Amino acid sequence: MTFEKILFYVFSVILVLSATMVITRRDPVHSALFLVLAFFTSAILWMLLEAEFLAIVLVLVYVGAVMVLFLFVVMMLDTDKAAMRAGFVKMMPVGLIVAGTMAFEMFLIVGPQYFGLDKFAMPAPHPADYSNTEELGRVLYTVYMYPVEIAAVILLVGIIAAIGLTMRKRPDNKSLDPSEQVKVTKGTDRIRVVKMASEIKQEAK
Amino acid sequence: MDLFLDILWIVVKIVAIVLPLMLCVAYYTLAERKVISYMQVRIGPNRVGPRGSLQPIADAMKLMCKEIILPRSANKTLFLLAPMLSIGPALAAWAVFPFDEGVVLADINAGLLYLLALTSIGVYGVIIAGWASNSKYAFLSAVRLGAQVVAYEIAMGFSLVVVLIASGSLNLGEIVMAQQGSWGFFNWFWLPLFPIFIIYFVSGVAETNRAPFDVAEGESEIVAGFHVEYSGMTFAVFFLAEYANMILISALTAIMFLGGWLSPFHGVPILGAIFDWIPGFIWLLLKTLVVAFLFLWFRATFPRYRYDQIMRLGWKIFIPITIVWIVVAGFAVVV
Repeated sequence: MTFEKILFYVFSVILVLSATMVITRRDPVHSALFLVLAFFTSAILWMLLEAEFLAIVLVLVYVGAVMVLFLFVVMMLDTDKAAMRAGFVKMMPVGLIVAGTMAFEMFLIVGPQYFGLDKFAMPAPHPADYSNTEELGRVLYTVYMYPVEIAAVILLVGIIAAIGLTMRKRPDNKSLDPSEQVKVTKGTDRIRVVKMASEIKQEAK
Repeated sequence: MDLFLDILWIVVKIVAIVLPLMLCVAYYTLAERKVISYMQVRIGPNRVGPRGSLQPIADAMKLMCKEIILPRSANKTLFLLAPMLSIGPALAAWAVFPFDEGVVLADINAGLLYLLALTSIGVYGVIIAGWASNSKYAFLSAVRLGAQVVAYEIAMGFSLVVVLIASGSLNLGEIVMAQQGSWGFFNWFWLPLFPIFIIYFVSGVAETNRAPFDVAEGESEIVAGFHVEYSGMTFAVFFLAEYANMILISALTAIMFLGGWLSPFHGVPILGAIFDWIPGFIWLLLKTLVVAFLFLWFRATFPRYRYDQIMRLGWKIFIPITIVWIVVAGFAVVV
């Protein structure tokens, strides 16, 4: 057994275990943290496949940004764990049917009959100077130019729509406008010189 | 057997990087106290060792001997895991760092991406610490820091994209070599990418949660933020992680914008010949120290930013400027 094979099995076990923990832990924060571990471990598996760009981007985007925001929401939720578990037995049959159907569908489409060394030859390892990032960039910006740009525009529309839906102007909300703030002049805006007649010192009584 | 020797050799190299780094971190804390003291017309620590030079050692001993207090309602596993999660990425990032031409632990061709990924997972330590402590102050701090880091990471990522466009490589060594030229000092990226240099460094200060962006600690508002419940060595590890991150950001600024190990006089007629014998490592160290000094200078000079102003600076000023500069750099490279 080669060193890479040992690594593959070790990380696969960690991945499957952490994925199981995601759905079995009661505390949603623990689930989210195990999901982070699952992402991280699958990034390592991708690294073993010599797909270093995808692996690092998985860590950068999903672990570094998406899951941070996700954890935020989960941490601030005051979850009632008893209420979450209520009706577990009642929902069980429906859940099993849905899960079973999904597993069967996946078996039909991506089942073991489509994979194996006789279907796909083992890929030859790339030389040391092979850059996965460069290759991906070359393909994305030549062959798949339009799909990339269309996907980018769709995402942009999504962002704008989300902001448009959630943003509301509240007139009673006090806020500062720094561009107005910097316009103040020391002489007139901050100091008011009051002219008044000089006072006469009062006599002691 | 060969495999075992290979791994042993890598471990030796890792120790050769981490040990000096830890020593630097220890003395950086002393430097911080001394520098700020002199800026405030004080003397600073001067009791332990000659002129206070053994102070960090004494501090380390004290922290190691102190009791680690576990709050009763804290989540114990996560509480202890959090400091490790914050120092892990801070140390792992040094794997791709080139100390001189070819002197690097892992010379990978996606070094810049690797660094971005590692700095982005450093925030987990703080978030988990804030949540696992089961304390209001710690949690508020974690929320503050999380939002701040996500905002500044985008600006930082975009400024690295500009560096990537200008140098044409994701490998840190090649980024340094792309800055070599006959003008020496003026060939480095700080001049052509000046706004990006400033944005990268300021985002770095915000990422490492240092003054004036240290709202996550905010002593006056939330006591000490995420590490309010930590004591002894667990606190010390957070402390080490913060300083290791500061040194990392300083060193990366030196690599990406200040020519790394290149001599500032390289190619200049007379000065070039005089200074060329100095090894590149010394130049890199000097540049890193200058940038690291700026961190301390900031802390002694600027009052803390208000939170909404931090967010405004990150989202409304830095990100638009970096996007414009990506276009500018793209034109400059293509045309």
